[in-house]
Amino acid sequence: MKPTAIDARRRRLAQFALAGTALALSGAARATQEQMAAAITAFTGGAAPKQGKVTVDVAQLVDNGNTVPVTVRVASPMSAAEHVTAIAIFNERNPQSDVAIFTLGPRSGKAEVSTRIRMATSQKLTAVARMSDGSFWSGSADVIVTLAACIEGEG
Amino acid sequence: MARALVTVPATARRGEVIEIRALIGHAMETGYRPGPDGKVLARDIIRKFTCRYNGEQVFAAELHPAIAANPYLAFFTVATASGTFEFTWEGDKGFSQTETARIAVT
Repeated sequence: MKPTAIDARRRRLAQFALAGTALALSGAARATQEQMAAAITAFTGGAAPKQGKVTVDVAQLVDNGNTVPVTVRVASPMSAAEHVTAIAIFNERNPQSDVAIFTLGPRSGKAEVSTRIRMATSQKLTAVARMSDGSFWSGSADVIVTLAACIEGEG
Repeated sequence: MARALVTVPATARRGEVIEIRALIGHAMETGYRPGPDGKVLARDIIRKFTCRYNGEQVFAAELHPAIAANPYLAFFTVATASGTFEFTWEGDKGFSQTETARIAVT
């Protein structure tokens, strides 16, 4: 059978898809798991956060990585004696591991913060909470992103 | 002046936990994105947000390029007394804006 214009277009699409995969895999300006761990260590001052108490509420499948609504909740009575003093959000594969650091206090009443973030690709989000007693707790969520936030002309 | 939208309940009971939402128009240019000429655009983001309740800080945020354009923040505070909330956004290129909202606590 003679190759038609449609076949040619299919081949071009296949090449485009391959190129896209290669770009996603190269990711020179992307942070890594190690960088995220380093950013978390910098926030905690060397302490390893314990798992639990922190919930990262985010859609599992995200259509548009340019604005991803995220809510972080921490189980805490938020009293003068026992409260959350800070919540930090980190990501694995954006160019920078830091997303945001929120400062809270006993006057917050409820340890819950919402914002909208950018995600360069499918990855894990981790939130770390600093408590008034100096302990650190963390929670994470995996997110699949179909349309990435544009970085380095990929978008 | 960027357009800012702050939602604070007009009235609250003393001791009630109230939700505050703050949104401001800002491109939050990441510093990783190329412009029309192919050169990477310089970073231009809001780095710091603070909320003061009658002069005392009740919430603050340190923002990075991973925060989406037109940064939106929602958080909670305890209504302690009638007065003024003061919201300040500070960022690159000398960006600074302050908005206020009043609350009546009964």
